[in-house]
Amino acid sequence: MSGGNTFLGMPAFPQNAAAAVQDSQLRFNLRKATHTIRGKRASVVAELPDWEELRTAGKEIKDHTLRNLERYLLQLEEAVTAAGGHVHWAADAEEANRIVAGLVKATGETTVVKVKSMATQEIGLNEALEDQGISAYETDLAELIVQLGDDWPSHILVPAIHRNRSEIREIFQEKMASFGRAAPEGLTDEPRALAEAARLHLRERFLSTKVAISGANFMIAETGTLVVLESEGNGRMCLTLPETLISVVGIEKLLPTWQDLEVFLQLLPRSSTGERMNPYTSTWTGAVEGQEFHLVLLDNGRTRVLADEVGRQALRCIRCSACLNVCPVYERAGGHAYGSVYPGPIGAILTPQLRGMESELDASLPYASTLCGACFEACPVAIDIPEVLIHLRGKARHPRAERLGMRAAGWVLNSPARLAGAQRLGGRLRRFVPGRLPGPLSAWTDTRDIPDIPAESFRDWWGRTDGGTR
Amino acid sequence: MRVALFITCVNDTLFPGTGRAVVTLLRRLGCDIEFPQAQTCCGQMHVNTGYPEEGRRLARHFLDVFAGYDAVVAPSGSCAAMVREQYPRLVGTDEAAATVPKVHELSEFLVDVLGVTDVGASFPHRVTYHPTCHSLRGLHLGDRPTRLLQQVRGLELVPLPGAEECCGFGGTFAVKNPAVSAAMCGDKVGNIMATGAEVLCAADNSCLMHIGGTLKRQRAGVRIMHLAEILATTEATR
Repeated sequence: MSGGNTFLGMPAFPQNAAAAVQDSQLRFNLRKATHTIRGKRASVVAELPDWEELRTAGKEIKDHTLRNLERYLLQLEEAVTAAGGHVHWAADAEEANRIVAGLVKATGETTVVKVKSMATQEIGLNEALEDQGISAYETDLAELIVQLGDDWPSHILVPAIHRNRSEIREIFQEKMASFGRAAPEGLTDEPRALAEAARLHLRERFLSTKVAISGANFMIAETGTLVVLESEGNGRMCLTLPETLISVVGIEKLLPTWQDLEVFLQLLPRSSTGERMNPYTSTWTGAVEGQEFHLVLLDNGRTRVLADEVGRQALRCIRCSACLNVCPVYERAGGHAYGSVYPGPIGAILTPQLRGMESELDASLPYASTLCGACFEACPVAIDIPEVLIHLRGKARHPRAERLGMRAAGWVLNSPARLAGAQRLGGRLRRFVPGRLPGPLSAWTDTRDIPDIPAESFRDWWGRTDGGTR
Repeated sequence: MRVALFITCVNDTLFPGTGRAVVTLLRRLGCDIEFPQAQTCCGQMHVNTGYPEEGRRLARHFLDVFAGYDAVVAPSGSCAAMVREQYPRLVGTDEAAATVPKVHELSEFLVDVLGVTDVGASFPHRVTYHPTCHSLRGLHLGDRPTRLLQQVRGLELVPLPGAEECCGFGGTFAVKNPAVSAAMCGDKVGNIMATGAEVLCAADNSCLMHIGGTLKRQRAGVRIMHLAEILATTEATR
């Protein structure tokens, strides 16, 4: 089953990506999907003359909230409690999973339905519940595909972006029966047929399950309201039908007031699905008649991120995935290469901050970018992803050979005389430079020719000719 | 106006022809230029690879060398973006305030400071232009380089499909993530070849080095030329 824990122990990004770029089907699927969403996003964003102002407003509301997070979280807790809900605080993944498992067990149920949620994937909730004898069923179409296929999500918005229609048909035919209602006989790979198979499978699930688990896109401090945006309506089924609703939400998802939501209801759909507004916006405040409500507020590294002056802007993220869809590295490497439920540019800055950079994989993530800046330009809350990448690189452990090389380069470049000397030496030895370079530099000459080294540097030419006048 | 040339370490060492072209071009346009000999490197490689201390030393050196000039011209979008975008963060706004705003990328200097788009060049070839990420999204050069190219006699400018996509160089990215870098450059080269251009032009030799190295390996027969080299060419020198 899908989940955050599965990713631990993966090799570093360059190895994962090198394998992925060989998969031509994957590259075709990714290119087609990201370019389609990219185009849709660009056209609906261009419709709004005040997009930049909205973007600034989104950034500032989030920054203000993060600066006053404690105050707003307490206000939220008070409002949720007053409305009949129960609030739980979880410092890390383990504590959050324990709380949720305990809440489910208290109901006496052994199955739960889930609304697509990044936070529960981040903490590996499905696996933790399974260990406690509780089966968690994903109800978002793409998450269902990932779960049935015993696969990992590879995109924030479109978790099964790496799969094509015929692969999905095979997964449905082979796996649906063991999870509930089987796929219909003679299932084709027509989108309509696949959607209908999922609809029938899920409907049975909605009507028979008494506990639901969701995340939330936003939480509003002043009213204690939680908000979920979705496209299929399955979320709404989960939020309203079951007798117990448990929402697991990262503490950074807060907005101070109901009015602030207006900004994000414009920013999010346009950035993520390329739509002017999203099809289903569900809001709920505390418990309603016939339903018990629990809110689990998740830290799991977020307060540590908040303590980093440069890195904290990653907590503004509203999980729209616009940065993934414009990222040339994501497009070639695919989401799995990032080894986290948060792939792409945002994953490259969020994951190593949430998890720390001890593992080889996490230390390689800040380097999974050319710093081309397309992500920053697309981000609806103006997260300067290149800035954070560079900041994290400055904190990363470096390989010894690189450290020595950089120190040597720094020593040469720190003095014009030494630089000129090195240039003259290079000019003299230029005939001996091999076509294939050794060591890590062979990565360059595997696919590219190195430029011819000139006999005379610019500075020597300038000196010799007195700036070209002699 | 005292104009200092910041030739950049990559150009100085590997592409001196670009530096000489800048000299020819700016002299032709009547600029009195100087090449401060103490200059070395803007520090971009160190900072972007995760060595901010070395980068900071190089940044301070840069600011010392170029402090007294009215304008500093660099034939590199990424080095100019490094100075303008990252120096204030790296060394502090106060230290950067006096020198950083005077640093111009070549096409900015020509169009915004000198106010020219016709530089009297002549280059009768089919050319396609790759805007490079730092020129495009760092400096927001917009159409300044192509406006300059459009005024060159005989030059046929053909649009590059997917022009705004990164070529996959990214400094040390090309060495740290070689597979993805090669895949990105492969797509870029395919787009360049689809234009039927004889020459690929850009305002940054580091990107051109990466794309050019791939073009050469694939024996594509497309030449790379820095914007300055095309703009420096006249009927007399062609």
